[in-house]
Amino acid sequence: MEEPQVRSGWPLYEVFLRAKRGLNHVHVGSLHAADSQMALHHARDLYTRRNEGISIWVVAARDITASSPDEKDPFFAPSGDKVYRHPTFYEIPDDVPHM
Amino acid sequence: MTALPETGPPGTELPGTGPGQDGPGDLQAHFEQTLDRGRRIEPRDWMPDAYRSSMIRQIAQHAHSEIIGMQPEGNWITRAPSLRRKAILIAKVQDEAGHGMYLYSAAETLGADRADLTDKLVHGRQKYSSIFNYPTLTYADVGVIGWLVDGAAICNQVPLCRSSYGPYARAMVRICKEESFHQRQGYELLMTMMRGTTAQRAMVQDATNRFWWPSLMMFGPPDDQSPNTAQSMAWGIKRHTNDELRQRFVDMTVPQAEKLGVSLPDPDLKWNAERGHYDFGSVDWDEFMAVVKGNGPCNTQRIARRKAADDQGAWVREAAASYAAKRRAGEEAA
Repeated sequence: MEEPQVRSGWPLYEVFLRAKRGLNHVHVGSLHAADSQMALHHARDLYTRRNEGISIWVVAARDITASSPDEKDPFFAPSGDKVYRHPTFYEIPDDVPHM
Repeated sequence: MTALPETGPPGTELPGTGPGQDGPGDLQAHFEQTLDRGRRIEPRDWMPDAYRSSMIRQIAQHAHSEIIGMQPEGNWITRAPSLRRKAILIAKVQDEAGHGMYLYSAAETLGADRADLTDKLVHGRQKYSSIFNYPTLTYADVGVIGWLVDGAAICNQVPLCRSSYGPYARAMVRICKEESFHQRQGYELLMTMMRGTTAQRAMVQDATNRFWWPSLMMFGPPDDQSPNTAQSMAWGIKRHTNDELRQRFVDMTVPQAEKLGVSLPDPDLKWNAERGHYDFGSVDWDEFMAVVKGNGPCNTQRIARRKAADDQGAWVREAAASYAAKRRAGEEAA
């Protein structure tokens, strides 16, 4: 699939922010930039005008590989039938402490 | 417009194109089920073409409004009366640019191209909010825009934080947080002027008189003349009708005007205890249609300015792109 090219030829970058220490980077949006350094600067100007982040990742959108968007994607089927991976699968009497 | 999302990361089949995929009927049913459950539609989900094109139109029009909206206030940056006011105004106009960028980013998740959207704007094929076609004649206009225009925008936008389209809803959450600053700085500016000289108070009243009716027009035509409302509500891309939101804005604003000490230019405006709402006079929809069709006081100027900025930035975009290409080539060679 071809990445849509803007007139300027600046590629699309996806932006991820860490809001504060102890939290994961989270996707916040995207922007166009000539290169990754410029993407980082634009991301700071666009997504952290009010101290929303202490760390930024920018990733060229064309470098992201994604699963199919379908909710019924067979890709996720392996986890569908393994209820024994959840703690609630196991019956333990109520009077067993600290369980 | 393309029928398929283009901006999803590559490497996967698009829905409906791979072997063993659901037929179109199933896809439609799945889409409707997602809406019925109050879940969000995400960029690479299958969606009806009409939903996609309505969404692009709505987001693009909103993005264009933010970008064009920089002009009326930007007009006063060099003449703001103090360093404090100038810093505030710059921050506000920067926010409008930021809002435009969040929204273009959301539109691109639907397969739109932002340069193409800008082309459509400067060639009059896509619209922006008619309010920005009115001039800002005095510094009080900056305050009134914050109070009334951003106040109306907040009324319109808060429900859009629940838009059925995920990226738009998320952009709206960010925008609404920032709009609150816009409205408050405007109201504070007006309170300061109202404590000033008689001439300053008159400026505030004059600006209020000029912006009141155009602010009411921001909610769009009355419900009985808004043919797309039903479909938009069914799709969850509109949550309240134009008239509902307009009423909400009037109810919100009247006590603010009283507190400020200005009158609103509508002799029919009065509390209706029975309805529990303010009654108000009828909007001049002929004026609205004239402005929408391009005949407002500043339509030509706004578009010419936007086009000039785009044209004058072309060499910068090209230079940055060729510098980046050269550096990349250097790195690969090394």
